[in-house]
Amino acid sequence: MPIDPSFVGRTYPPTAPYEVGREKIREFADAVGAAHPAHRDPAVAQALGHRDVFAPPTFPVVLTIGTSGSQVFDDPDLGIDFSRLVHGDQRFRYTRPVYAGDRLVCVCTIEDITHRAGNDFLVTRTELATETGEQVVTVWSKLVVRGEQ
Amino acid sequence: MADETGHGQATASPNGLEAGAVLPPRTFRITRADLVRYAGASGDLNPIHWSERFATGVGLPGVIAHGMYTMGLAGQAVVEWAGDPAAVVEFGVRFTKPVAVPDDDTGTELVVSAVVKGVTPDGHAELALTAVCAGEKVLGQARAVVRGAGGTTG
Repeated sequence: MPIDPSFVGRTYPPTAPYEVGREKIREFADAVGAAHPAHRDPAVAQALGHRDVFAPPTFPVVLTIGTSGSQVFDDPDLGIDFSRLVHGDQRFRYTRPVYAGDRLVCVCTIEDITHRAGNDFLVTRTELATETGEQVVTVWSKLVVRGEQ
Repeated sequence: MADETGHGQATASPNGLEAGAVLPPRTFRITRADLVRYAGASGDLNPIHWSERFATGVGLPGVIAHGMYTMGLAGQAVVEWAGDPAAVVEFGVRFTKPVAVPDDDTGTELVVSAVVKGVTPDGHAELALTAVCAGEKVLGQARAVVRGAGGTTG
C-alpha cells in the first residue's frame, strides 16, 4: 500500500540532545579514512581557527540514523517496511562543522512523498542545531521503499 | 555553473580549484573489515553490510558497502582536493549501484574522480564527482561545493 502523501509536512518533536565527543569524532574519522589531525588534536584544529576538533562531512548521519531516522521508521502512520528500505539520495548543507562538545538537537520533517512504478519515495529533511538554537547542518535523505514484486 | 563564468566572475577559487580543472582520481580499497568498522562507528548495523546469508536472502549479490561509507570516502577525496577538512559547504549524492565487497583480503576498489564545474560568486568551487567500482558508476548526481582556502569558520 503506498505511503499516504498527506503526511508531507509532518514534523517530529525535537530529539534529546546528542553530545558530540572527541573520541566519537576520532572513531568516525578512522572509519572513513579521514586522516587529518584536525579530527583528533584540538591544538591542530585551533591553529586552523576552530574551537575544537571537528567531524568529517558525513558524520551527521550518526545522529540522524539513531534519532530522527528512527522517528520516521517507527511512525505507525507511515508503516515503512524496513526490510524493503533502500537509501536513494543523501545531501548535506553545512552552516559550520560539527565540533566536539556540541550538544545537537535534530528536528526531522517529511518534505516529500511520491509513488512511482510501484515504489514509494520519501524525502526527510533534518535540521541539526545546538541546544541554544545555533544552526549547524541540514541533512536531506531520500528513502526508497521497494514495492512487493 | 560553467556557463556563468563569462560575466566578469572569478574562474578560480582561492584554493586554486579552477573551472574546468580535472582533479587527480583517488582510489580507495574496501574490505569486509572496513565495513565492520564503519558499521560500529556509524551505528548502521543493517546486516546487508556484514551477513552474506542475510544479504543474499534479500536478493543482493552479497554483502554490500553502506552507501554512506561510499559517500564518506568520496567526501575524503573532496576535502583532500580542497586542501581543508572543513571546506565542504554542500555535498550530495544519489546511490545508483551497490558496492559489492567480497569476503577476501583484497576486497574491492572505489575510484573517485572529479571536475570543477565552476566557481560560485562567493568564491566556492562546485565539483562534479564520479565514483566507479567494478566498472560501474555507484554514485549519481554527485556534487560538492567547497569553500576557498582561508574561509574557515570557528
